[in-house]
Amino acid sequence: MSILVDNDTRLAVAGITGREGSFHTLNNRAYGTNVVGGVNPKKAGEDVEGIPVFGDWKETVAATQANAAMIFVPPPFAAQSALEAAEAGVELVVIITEGIPAHDELKLYNQVRRDFPATRIIGPNCPGILSPGKANIGIIPASFFKEGNVGVVSRSGTLTYQIGNELAQKGFGNSTIVGIGGDPVPGSSFIDIIELFEADDQTDLIVMSGEIGGSAEEEAAAYIAANVSKPVVAYIAGFTAPEGKQMGHAGAIVSGSAGTAKAKAEALEAAGIRVGRTPTQTAEIAMELIGAPA
Amino acid sequence: MDLLEYQGKQLFGKHGLAVSDGKAVTTVEDAVAAANEVGYPVVVKAQVLIGGRGKAGGVKLAANEDEAREHATNILGLDIKGHVTRTLWIEHASDIDTEYYASVLLDRSAKKPLVMFSTEGGIDIEEVAEKTPEKLIKFHADPLTGLTKEEAIKIATDGGADADVIEGVADALVALYEVWIEEDASLAEINPLIVTPDREVKALDAKVSLDDNAEFRHPEREGLGDSANADPIEEKAKEQGVVYVKLDGNIGILGNGAGLVMSTLDVVAQHGGEPANFLDAGGGSDAAKVKQAVELILSNENVKAVLFNIFGGITRCNEVANGLIAAFEDLKPEVPFVVRLDGTNDVQGREILEAAALPNVYAAKTMDGAAEQVVALAQSSTGQEN
Repeated sequence: MSILVDNDTRLAVAGITGREGSFHTLNNRAYGTNVVGGVNPKKAGEDVEGIPVFGDWKETVAATQANAAMIFVPPPFAAQSALEAAEAGVELVVIITEGIPAHDELKLYNQVRRDFPATRIIGPNCPGILSPGKANIGIIPASFFKEGNVGVVSRSGTLTYQIGNELAQKGFGNSTIVGIGGDPVPGSSFIDIIELFEADDQTDLIVMSGEIGGSAEEEAAAYIAANVSKPVVAYIAGFTAPEGKQMGHAGAIVSGSAGTAKAKAEALEAAGIRVGRTPTQTAEIAMELIGAPA
Repeated sequence: MDLLEYQGKQLFGKHGLAVSDGKAVTTVEDAVAAANEVGYPVVVKAQVLIGGRGKAGGVKLAANEDEAREHATNILGLDIKGHVTRTLWIEHASDIDTEYYASVLLDRSAKKPLVMFSTEGGIDIEEVAEKTPEKLIKFHADPLTGLTKEEAIKIATDGGADADVIEGVADALVALYEVWIEEDASLAEINPLIVTPDREVKALDAKVSLDDNAEFRHPEREGLGDSANADPIEEKAKEQGVVYVKLDGNIGILGNGAGLVMSTLDVVAQHGGEPANFLDAGGGSDAAKVKQAVELILSNENVKAVLFNIFGGITRCNEVANGLIAAFEDLKPEVPFVVRLDGTNDVQGREILEAAALPNVYAAKTMDGAAEQVVALAQSSTGQEN
């Protein structure tokens, strides 16, 4: 098994007709993901290389039984599209779009929880989800990863590739790689994903990659100590980040004394979780914890 | 974006929060004219984005024109912890009976707006939270329904506001929440929120941060913030759509993806180096964008060596290599470059660089190795070899 996406995933994409949207949708399909439709109110009835385009999410789900949504529409409209996908009954909504206002994310999160509790949101501002050998939703370059027993959850895209690559060089493959995104109000947190990895047969080791800002890593540390039996190794980026500066990601900011990399690493270590000082060291710790892959 | 006090107060006024009449000025003559207009006594306040203005001599009371002139002369140009005062806010001095504290911010952990109120105003709120947490009332509002008057009255009452101003404090809290929501703020804070002897509730200070991602629906924000004290390279980067943060060291850094760049800074620091900047060239960078980024990095004259750390996903390494070659043709940099290319089209990218044989450009195989090498190069060029 993997988590979140597998061979039963039926993906539909909002923003499928855009340059980035079509490029990555077709990449996902080429990887083997079952892409069943797209949404664009202005291009309903057309198709993108054979993928039918519908006018809205309700129509898309009715026609295709899509059970996963990928949102590629521009920031002003992305949260609304995600909400409509949830309203149409889609259970997994992955928002790739970067630059969504924090208040839109806040309202989306609270409304989906209240009105559509069966829907899980991943992102925004995330690279998506890859279950190697099964399905890929998003922009993760799948060719660097193979099937295996390491689950990865990360707030950053390229840092995920870096750590994944270090693991791959040691022979590790992945059950699923989940980018939860670098924004202040992610739809899913480390805890949500770690809970899934803990229950997943294919996953023997969990790698979590955090960064400055907020307290999601500290909360995950407490959760892991109390609930997770599988080995976990962590990495935290941003030790050299100055206070009050947003480091690229909207959520990556040290405010006063809160959200520092040091505090996060200390909280994880105090909970018995080893923290790699570099991506390379993180992979080395993985090796120590579960041994070289067969 | 962080707002200056007077800009925050203008937003407060727009949403019905009481503030003192005042004027923002940039010259001594205008300061005196503004003081005469709002009426003495006035407060002359330095407009800078840093705390501790009062202690630094940036906030002064003036009883007459001579004093207003004297204070304006002294405060304009005053350097407060690296922030040079270019603007003054002149407002009519308020009589203060009591000082409270109020704020609204995003609680990332609870994923709700957090409304805070305390009767311990005018002092550092983190200190109140730490030493007397029972005096800081915290309330999570529902972002789908907003903060109601009833909720605000309960917050004011629980917080111990004087009975005769509970209504006034509640109105201020509702207005502050409205500022937070409608202006797309990440923080809206009043410290102190004062009660005058006439029992008026008024914002004596304003600390507001706005969400840059919401700029598209707030065209009125143009020109806000403290552009006079902004770093010129950061400003230029913003215009070009690149995320650049200036740091104090001498090793220029370029990477793709915020997390990877943060990690690169850390790894350089672990090898004993000091990064000169954070620069995320973003996903899908083409050669032109890479060249522009190199120009930004080199415009910081502290830079003694540059590290490229690319793990290509959407970004193609051959594009990065071509961008570096274009930058060398144009800018002829004198500092060494260490380049690590991995990911999409990495082999092609490395071949392009090798064939170009750029002077002083070193290819590195790993992120760790690249960091080590660039630190050594920076140190040898500044004569601090280990």
